Amino acid sequence: MAAPRTIRTSLRATLLACSLLAGHQAAAEVVKIAYIDPLSGSLAATGQLGEQHFRFAIDRVNKSGAAGPGRTLELVPLDNEVSPEKSLTLLRKAIDDDIHYVTQGNGSAVAFALIDAINKNNKRAPAQSVMFLNYAAVDPALTNDKCSWWHFRFDADVDMKMKALTDYLVSQAATKKVFIFNPDYSFGVSVEKAAQAMLAGRRPDLEVVGAERVPLGRTKDFTPYVQKFQAANADAVVTGNWGQDLSLLVKAAADSGYKGKLYTYYLGGSDVMPSVSAAAAGYAQIAEYHANVGNPELETMAAAFEAQYHVPFYYLRVMTEIDMLAAAMKQANSSDPAKVGAVLATMKMTTPLGQATMREDNHQLLNPMFVSTLEPAQKFVFPESKLGFKTVSRIEPEAQRMATTCKFAPPS
Amino acid sequence: MEQALLIGLNGLVYGLLLFMLSVGLTLIFGMMGVLNLAHASFYMLGAFLAYTISIRIGFWPALVVVPVIVGAMGAAVERYGLRTVHKHGHVAELLFTFGLAFVIGEVVPLIWGRSPVPYKVPATLDFALFSVGGNAYPAYRLFMMAVAVAMFLALFAALARTRLGLVVRAALTHPEMVGMLGHDVPRVFTLVFGAGCALAGLAGVMAGNAFTTEPGMARALGAVVFAIVVMGGLGSIWGALVASLLIGFVQTASISLDLKLGLALQRIGIAIDPAVWGDVYGLTIARVAPVVPYVLLILVLAVRPRGLMGTRSA
Repeated sequence: MAAPRTIRTSLRATLLACSLLAGHQAAAEVVKIAYIDPLSGSLAATGQLGEQHFRFAIDRVNKSGAAGPGRTLELVPLDNEVSPEKSLTLLRKAIDDDIHYVTQGNGSAVAFALIDAINKNNKRAPAQSVMFLNYAAVDPALTNDKCSWWHFRFDADVDMKMKALTDYLVSQAATKKVFIFNPDYSFGVSVEKAAQAMLAGRRPDLEVVGAERVPLGRTKDFTPYVQKFQAANADAVVTGNWGQDLSLLVKAAADSGYKGKLYTYYLGGSDVMPSVSAAAAGYAQIAEYHANVGNPELETMAAAFEAQYHVPFYYLRVMTEIDMLAAAMKQANSSDPAKVGAVLATMKMTTPLGQATMREDNHQLLNPMFVSTLEPAQKFVFPESKLGFKTVSRIEPEAQRMATTCKFAPPS
Repeated sequence: MEQALLIGLNGLVYGLLLFMLSVGLTLIFGMMGVLNLAHASFYMLGAFLAYTISIRIGFWPALVVVPVIVGAMGAAVERYGLRTVHKHGHVAELLFTFGLAFVIGEVVPLIWGRSPVPYKVPATLDFALFSVGGNAYPAYRLFMMAVAVAMFLALFAALARTRLGLVVRAALTHPEMVGMLGHDVPRVFTLVFGAGCALAGLAGVMAGNAFTTEPGMARALGAVVFAIVVMGGLGSIWGALVASLLIGFVQTASISLDLKLGLALQRIGIAIDPAVWGDVYGLTIARVAPVVPYVLLILVLAVRPRGLMGTRSA
């Protein structure tokens, strides 16, 4: 009697050990996310800012175990120098290294190249499928004509942002003449088109007095452009310029004593704010977050971020992206992009600022957006200008929903 | 009239900034035959150092101290770097400065970070001097012009009137002969290289706060400065001045004037059919403004290969 009992015990022990081992294996599942963005060259400041936000977001998720029991995320930064060709090489490398998640944001041209290559890859080798999480490439075509089931966008596109910005502009009764000023590439062209379409016929006394495009990152002195606004008597300038170009534009406007207001997409970035002076009071931006949205939970988080990376918190959408991805993995109980994508495609999540919903028909995230202006005497101000953002309007997610031409089918 | 005045003022300030940058380069290029690809990097160093130093001891001391530091760095680079690779020929020297540009380009963000630094115009000059057609004209810009003009006069006097200037000018054209006559030509090279870098540093001090001080600032200007040096003629200070002002004015004018490319071509006798060349015809000159310096460069080289004021061919 004794012998079988021993066998049984040892069997049980072996089984237990096996299950423990299996459990241990599950605990060791690390899901890698390739971050393909500029980490050197003139746009490195922007790429580095993104990387810091991703690291912060991933640390949070790993600490709370939000991606499911035993599953952690890991960021793999890859420098693409904003070149579509380089990005494709990096994508190939990521696939070879068995990475199934790619995130990118700077430059819609890069996003187009990635979408195309990922579509082909996933068709050819379903076992090596890759999901594309886009946090900032905002060309509307990415969720319309060029949409892909494998692509999910967490930033509002050019048209959604322009609608919010122009709604605010039109509501300013004193504003009568608008100048449209953009960088000269696909993004700038789509901002210009959107602005022209959305300002036309809105108010009889409101007119577009000029539209101009400037080559990206190659102009030193923006004073002649500001003088053009002045000569056209423009009291508002709608601009999609960003980074160094926006810094120089804001500076030239201040130096020339330009009284009109700028309506921007990217004013709040830490690559622009150091050049902004008190003369920029009243300038507007559209974004999903600013420091004075008045949410204690986000204020604590922003303070923790700033303590760690010594730059102001900026990309709330990166937190949303990683939180939603982790939740989708947990719910799908898998890190297979096809299964995770199926969950993510219809996902709703409560964020500190309200509901975030992924659109099933084109994989565009809808979450609250804020039009804000730079004003003095705010709770959080930028040290150089003593100005801080103040919300002028909150745009609810459903109000941002626009018709889409996207047609895709989930992978079979 | 107002527009012409504005184009004049903006063109002048931009042209003089380009002159501050290119004059050092043209001296170095003309004398040593080295195209210093890191020249714009010394301009960036000047701006960043000016930021760090001006918040400690103020703008005015920085205006003097920074060019001296950058000049010393340049002299050290020539003495311990360029001179060593000199014996391997011009290609080795070119590659050396190419590498140096990259090293400076990566070291600067390591020290100061990748975001722009808030380098400010001094409070004493931070006011509008006058106004043209509702456009304020900052006093600091006039100061920039004054510094550039003073620099030109001082340099010109030093080269034309002093004994050292005589040696430098002689070494520009006949380095072997000057050496034979007992002058230490390598030391003249170190001096000129250091002085050229100091001038780039001074340009950085002057322009870093008027525009932005960030790690990408060298990139935007590097190529334009080379175009100026070749256009003006190697080693010619006058040439650098004329070419800088020309590019400054033409580039500013092409931004300010609302002219369609098709109409502009028509005016100079080249008629293109808008039906066929729709996109090109409708391009405003402003959108092709950054190409203008290079078109000018090609034109000048085609007509006069030695540059506007050069005595030797490139």
